[in-house]
Amino acid sequence: MVDLSAKSPCDGMLPVSVGSCSLSEEPPMRLTLIAPYAGQEGAVSAAMEAAHGLAFPAPNRSSFGPEGARAVWFGRGQALLMGPEASPGLAEHAALTDISDGWAVVRLEGERAEDVLARLVPLDLRPQVFEPGHTARTELRHMMASLTRVSAKSFQIMVFRSFAQTLVHDVKTAMEAVAARG
Amino acid sequence: MRISGLGQVSRNRPVSFAFNGKHYMGVEGDTLASALLANDVHLVARSFKYHRPRGILTAGSEEPNALVTVGEGVAADPNIRATQQEIFEGLVARSQNCWPSVDRDLMAVNDLAAPFLGAGFYYKTFMWPAPLWEKLYEPIIRRAAGLGALPGAANTDVYEKAFAFCDLLVIGSGPAGLMAALTAGRAGADVILAEEDSRMGGRLLAEVEEIDGRPAHMWAAEVIAELEQLDNVRLMTRTAITGAYDQGTFSALERVSHHLPPSQSLKTAHRPRECFWRIVAKASVLAAGAIERPIAFCNNDRPGIMTAGAVRAYLNRWGVAPGERITVFANNDDAHRTAQDLVAAGVQVTAVVDSRHDAPDGDGFPVIKGAVVCDTAGRRRLESVTVRSVRGEEKIQTDCLAMSGGWNPSVHLTCHMNGRPRWNRELAAFVPVDGVVPGMEVAGAANGAFSTSAALREGAAAARAALADLGLKGQVPPLPVASEEVYRISPLWAVPGKGRAWLDFQNDVTVKDVNQAAQENFRSVEHMKRYTTQGMATDQGKNSNVAALAVLADATGRSIPETGVTTFRAPFVPTSIAAMGAGAEDQGFKPRRYLTTHAAGLEQGASNVEVGLWYRASYFPKQGETNWRQSCDREVMMVRNAVGVCDVSTLGKIDIKGRDAARLLDLVYTNMFSTLKIGRVRYGLMLREDGFVMDDGTTARLGEDHYVMTTTTAAAGQVMAHLEFLIQVVRPDLDVRFTSVTDHWAQFAIAGPKARALVDALVEETVDGDSWPFMGCGEITVKGVRGRLFRISFSGEHAYEIAVPARYGDALYRALVAQAESLGGGAYGMEALNVLRIEKGFITHAEINGTVTAFDLGMQGLISKKKSCWGKALSERAGLMDEDRMQLVGLKPAETAQDISAGAHLFDPDATVERVNDLGYVTSVGFSPTLGHMIGFAMVSAGADRMGDTVRLVDHTRGIDTLCEIVNPVFFDPEGGRVRG
Repeated sequence: MVDLSAKSPCDGMLPVSVGSCSLSEEPPMRLTLIAPYAGQEGAVSAAMEAAHGLAFPAPNRSSFGPEGARAVWFGRGQALLMGPEASPGLAEHAALTDISDGWAVVRLEGERAEDVLARLVPLDLRPQVFEPGHTARTELRHMMASLTRVSAKSFQIMVFRSFAQTLVHDVKTAMEAVAARG
Repeated sequence: MRISGLGQVSRNRPVSFAFNGKHYMGVEGDTLASALLANDVHLVARSFKYHRPRGILTAGSEEPNALVTVGEGVAADPNIRATQQEIFEGLVARSQNCWPSVDRDLMAVNDLAAPFLGAGFYYKTFMWPAPLWEKLYEPIIRRAAGLGALPGAANTDVYEKAFAFCDLLVIGSGPAGLMAALTAGRAGADVILAEEDSRMGGRLLAEVEEIDGRPAHMWAAEVIAELEQLDNVRLMTRTAITGAYDQGTFSALERVSHHLPPSQSLKTAHRPRECFWRIVAKASVLAAGAIERPIAFCNNDRPGIMTAGAVRAYLNRWGVAPGERITVFANNDDAHRTAQDLVAAGVQVTAVVDSRHDAPDGDGFPVIKGAVVCDTAGRRRLESVTVRSVRGEEKIQTDCLAMSGGWNPSVHLTCHMNGRPRWNRELAAFVPVDGVVPGMEVAGAANGAFSTSAALREGAAAARAALADLGLKGQVPPLPVASEEVYRISPLWAVPGKGRAWLDFQNDVTVKDVNQAAQENFRSVEHMKRYTTQGMATDQGKNSNVAALAVLADATGRSIPETGVTTFRAPFVPTSIAAMGAGAEDQGFKPRRYLTTHAAGLEQGASNVEVGLWYRASYFPKQGETNWRQSCDREVMMVRNAVGVCDVSTLGKIDIKGRDAARLLDLVYTNMFSTLKIGRVRYGLMLREDGFVMDDGTTARLGEDHYVMTTTTAAAGQVMAHLEFLIQVVRPDLDVRFTSVTDHWAQFAIAGPKARALVDALVEETVDGDSWPFMGCGEITVKGVRGRLFRISFSGEHAYEIAVPARYGDALYRALVAQAESLGGGAYGMEALNVLRIEKGFITHAEINGTVTAFDLGMQGLISKKKSCWGKALSERAGLMDEDRMQLVGLKPAETAQDISAGAHLFDPDATVERVNDLGYVTSVGFSPTLGHMIGFAMVSAGADRMGDTVRLVDHTRGIDTLCEIVNPVFFDPEGGRVRG
């Protein structure tokens, strides 16, 4: 029996709403980094399809499985499986690393979410360019981040757990600036 | 003077403002400049060098004279162009560079000394004696010359930076820009239309003319209304595009709230004062228009002398006549419109003085052909001009002179990527060269197409060309009918004469200065610029560059194209550093990384220290402790005698997996890791390619193909990048994968004779000498949570590091500290950790400072002879293992009570304290409560041979000068009995 209380990375800081936008922390979930070994990309994708119902995502894309499971491209030769515990069989083809506690995962939602991100991220996030499911490793202000468009008006932002406070501060500041312009 | 029935401002909405302490009324839509002119205020500034009275010259961002300070106290903004500053209720502005007031400026004495203050004066005069330059001359000159001053306190305003993306960026919203935006907008392209003015429309707002049978400004309003309805068009007013860069990137400065009361942009209000944009566009249309140039003639800088186009703008847009008896002086037909508009508005035009013998006749005003203005009179405002013609010289009483030397297309942005404009003789102006900025089309006046009709045509054509490149097809809107007037000009740069004729109003550069530069052989236009400072003021010579180089061409007997232009550089308009650095002030300078134990530490009263981006507890004061040393000493003794707990999560942790994991580690570390047993940890050293030490740390083997590497806190990112480099570039054949797990694990050191007792109390598995020998590791369960336990020590004590997923970090830390306290121990911080490691001879980046080799650290033995490793070859270079290199040694003061300091240098006791006698320097120090005196590390020349030697330690900064003994760097328990026990 676990005798230690757990705290989420943004404990006590979120949610916040400013103007038409809100920032909230995603509920804790399993995060497994999947890095296929040499020549194993196909085998990994097939095994992921079989075990989790989603394919290994192409660069800058994510793939979706049942019950909210997602695989988000996470850098060169890496995808992040979000939700289910990775099938142990995958370890045969890929390095699996549990990083569930290593990242702060937040969601920015609202009519003007793109305007907020325009103040934080140097990416072209216009809807016709960065569609739902598209993802990028980028910098958010001074922090390296993972950014995914979840839907038309919502984005998932991830930074290292220790940056959670700066992340909340920076996003909130941008939300306030956008709201203040009216 | 406001003319009834004219202008596009809201007459029925008065706005009160203050200038130089006096209250005035303007109307909504006024700029500070138009409102001052409406109130007959003409003297608004003093010039840079001679403190000459100056008025408003232009109606746009090119204004060189009317720079004012807006706001008060810390919110004061200097060097704001009155021609761009919109007035708002309660606006407070004042003149700059004058004392006691702009009306009675005592520094105007400089003007009398003008004969001595020409170009190069400072260089020639203040050469000798050299030391006086910095101490005396420069401060005096700086005080005497200059523009506005910053308030000298931290800024209270918010600024921001942002990014934008589009298919087509249209720069400027005159006829060409509007037509381009309309064409592209209707075709469905993603368009940004940027306009530096507060209103879209460009010169259409300033001229009396018709487009499609309607007043031009109304046509513009209709187009803007349509553009506003298009979702794919974004209109950005008050936004100056300031630079053109690679790959379609543009910088832009948006004045977000300069037109609002200062309270609106305070940090608490969140609305930025300015926004610095980076806009990336697939294509662009430059429709920036043209800037009218003055003519140089004697005393052409008096308040009341303006450009002819500015006079029309004030009349037609703002309904303000800048004088009651206005004279026009020109060399082109365009300026005659000024006289026409003034006459139509009922303002008296004394004459149009035109330098051309074939100038057109006036309709309702006299034209003096083949004549020039050769002098003016009036100190604080123009009173008369002297006209020279074949009939001789005559004085005309006038209170405003509208001058025009022609128009310069705004080619600036086309030159930001090393393009040079081309001279067009017919226009007597430089025009842009095609294709110098990839993807940029130039249209309208910026391209030398000065008629409205041509601007509309070129705007549409430019957009069409851009659309074709974007793969979009669109209906071309029918071209509106507009005037097709021909621009006729005959060059006139400077009117010959004796007195001073200004070229660069902002930096006080005259024709005489340019001639003098040529005489002294500063014949290159770039040399002339720097010698005279022409074009080096905040307006970057927007009004003066072409005329100045024309004067230089004349003086050097070359043509204008031969003389060439100086380099146009970004930013197009002055850009505040606050905007470019927005968000980076104070804590925004870098992100902050917090430990899971941050809150618990603060509750214990911890004082934090920044380590890289991390905040770590430096010590935990107990009641009664008034000095950090007391806390530190207690924490050290607690670890030596009982048990201490310290959060070490900041150390970089890299999870390495794959069948070639061991090979990668053997490559990156100097020592062997492929031989490490599963369940064991080893200390390793890694080198840079050049053979110097990069980092050190421990790596644990958790499985056959699974290692966890730890790095120092400071070098975690560097080591990660290094591994990526090795695997992507050097050994892409290795089948190995790694990722940072630094933040996933909360990891705590538990050190001291009672460490095992503490671990035993919380960990479910049996932890004894057999299951967890020194340098053993494995998985454990702590309070029901799966974690890892490493028996490693950075203190020399029997010690463990326990790691759990970070969500449990806070809870486990509190449990560990509580347990430690029950055993007579507690938490310890960075200060104690530092003392503990110095006592044990363990190095950090204070020692691994980028200049030391393994040999220098006495760690040559760690470079395995059985294998190669990264950096090994170059570590064997000549000189890197010489005995007289600086080597790591321990240091203790000769007298127990004496202080020593890191950063101090060491000398032989009988040598003089000079650089040549420098033996080395101190890297780390701490007070050892265990030994009862200061201890430290130093890098000392031939240190290994100096054990027992006495050296003199000198720290000029802290005033320490003492004798020390060189000793072995392991001060405590050199046999290591405690760590293995």
